[in-house]
Amino acid sequence: MDTAISIDNVCPRLAPHYVFRWEASQDAYILLYPEGLIKLNPSAGEILKRCNGERSVSDIIAELQAAFPGKDAEIAEGAHAFVTVARGKGWLRV
Amino acid sequence: MPKESSGLSLDGQGLPLWLSLELTYRCPLKCTWCNNPLNFDDYAQSELTTDEWKRVLREARELGTLQLGFTGGEPLLRDDLEELVAYADELGLYTNLITSGIGLTDERMGALKKAGLKHVQLSLQSMRQPLTDELVGAKAHALKLEAARIIKAHDFPMVLNMPVFRQNIADVDAMIAWAADLGIEYMELANIQYYNWALLNRDELMPSLEQVREIEALVNRWREKLGDTMTIYFVIPDYYEGRPKACMNGWGAIHLTVAPDGVAMPCQEARVIPGLEFESVRDKSLAWLWHESPLFRKYRGLDWLPEPCSSCSEKDKDFGGCRCQAFLLTGNATNTDPACSKSPQHHLVTEAVRSVAQPIRFRKPLIMRTPRAVSTAFMD
Repeated sequence: MDTAISIDNVCPRLAPHYVFRWEASQDAYILLYPEGLIKLNPSAGEILKRCNGERSVSDIIAELQAAFPGKDAEIAEGAHAFVTVARGKGWLRV
Repeated sequence: MPKESSGLSLDGQGLPLWLSLELTYRCPLKCTWCNNPLNFDDYAQSELTTDEWKRVLREARELGTLQLGFTGGEPLLRDDLEELVAYADELGLYTNLITSGIGLTDERMGALKKAGLKHVQLSLQSMRQPLTDELVGAKAHALKLEAARIIKAHDFPMVLNMPVFRQNIADVDAMIAWAADLGIEYMELANIQYYNWALLNRDELMPSLEQVREIEALVNRWREKLGDTMTIYFVIPDYYEGRPKACMNGWGAIHLTVAPDGVAMPCQEARVIPGLEFESVRDKSLAWLWHESPLFRKYRGLDWLPEPCSSCSEKDKDFGGCRCQAFLLTGNATNTDPACSKSPQHHLVTEAVRSVAQPIRFRKPLIMRTPRAVSTAFMD
C-alpha cells in the first residue's frame, strides 16, 4: 500500500496552463489545455475543484466524505484512482 | 490543416466545440506544402472586419464552442489580433495562436498575454538556417528561433510544429533535441497532408515508407528518453498504412472553420470540392450554417456512406476518411477515401508512394506559394 500512502500525503494542483471550469452548455466541469479538452464526470469535477496545491489528497477525501455521506470507501478509492490517472495525463502536478 | 493527431476523441454532442478562424491568407512565407487555397491572393480584399469576427466569436460561444484557433495565413498580420483574443477570452474560449513566428515581437507577445491568450503553436522547418530559409522562401530561420525564445520567456505553453517531408526529414532528431533543451512541452511532427500547394508538390515532398518508419522508431526512442517532460505527437500518415484518417472527427461533427472571407466550412480544405454551396457568416447566422446548411449536412453522420464503408466495421472510427482527399484523388468526394486499403481506388495512393522511391526519375522544381505562381483561372 505504499502508493496509497504516498498519494494521501501529496497536495495536487492543476498543471500550469490548464483551465478548469464549469461549462453550462455541457452541464459539466471541463478541462481545457493546448489542443485539447476533456469533459469531466461529476466526481472527477468535485475532486479537481479541490486540487489547489494546499489540500492533501487525504484532506480532499475527508471533505468529499463530509459532503457526500455514506460512500466513504467509494470516495477514497475513486479519489486515489483519479489523482493517479490525472497525474499520468499531466493534468495534475504535485 | 486537417488534424490526424489532435488527441481528440470525443462526442461533441452535435456542437462545434472546436473553431478555427483563418483570419487572413496573407503570409510572409512561401511554403510549398501550404494548405491554403491556390488563389489565396484573391481573399486579401474580402477579409472580415474586426466587428464581423467578433460576431462570429459571440455566435460560436452561444453554439457551445470551447476551443479556438487563430490561424491563417499568418494571423499576426491582423492588427486586431490582440483585440480579438481579448474578446474571445472574455467569452470563455480557450485561445490558441497558430503562427509562423514572423512578426512576433516581445511587445506583441506581452500584449497577447495580457489579452488572455492561452497557448502558442509555432512552426519550424529545420535546425539549419539555409535550409529553413530555402524551404519557406524567406529569411525566416533566425526570426523563428527568436520567436520560440519570446514565447517561452512569456511562459506560454507551446506546441512546436515541425511539418515533415522529404527535404527536412533528416532534421527531426536535431529538432527534438533542441526542443527538449528549450523546455518545450509539446512537439508535433506533422507529416504534411496533400491538399492545395502540398498536392501540387507531392511527388517531391513525399518521403519514402522507409524514411517514415525510421522517424517512427526515432520518435519512440525519444519518447522513452524524455518521459513526461515532452509529449511528441506523431502518427504514420494515411498514405502508408492503408487506414484512412478520422478526418476532423467526422464532417460537421465538432470542427468549424471560418475562412478570411467569412465562408464557414467543416474543414480548411472543403472549398476544393466543387458543387457544394459555400455560404458566409456575412449572410447567414453561424447557428444556421452549422445546423442547417446543406454544406454541413452533406457528409454529416454515417447515413451517406458509400460501400465498402457503409458495411465496414470501422466506419464509426474513421467515418470513411477525408472527403477532400476522396475528391482530389478519385474525382468524387462521396467515394471512400483512397487511403483506405478497402477502397477500390487504393492503388492511387500506393502507386504514389511507390513512385517517389524510384531511384531515377525526373525531379520537378518545387512550386512556391506566391501570387501568380499558378493560374487558377480555368479550374472551374
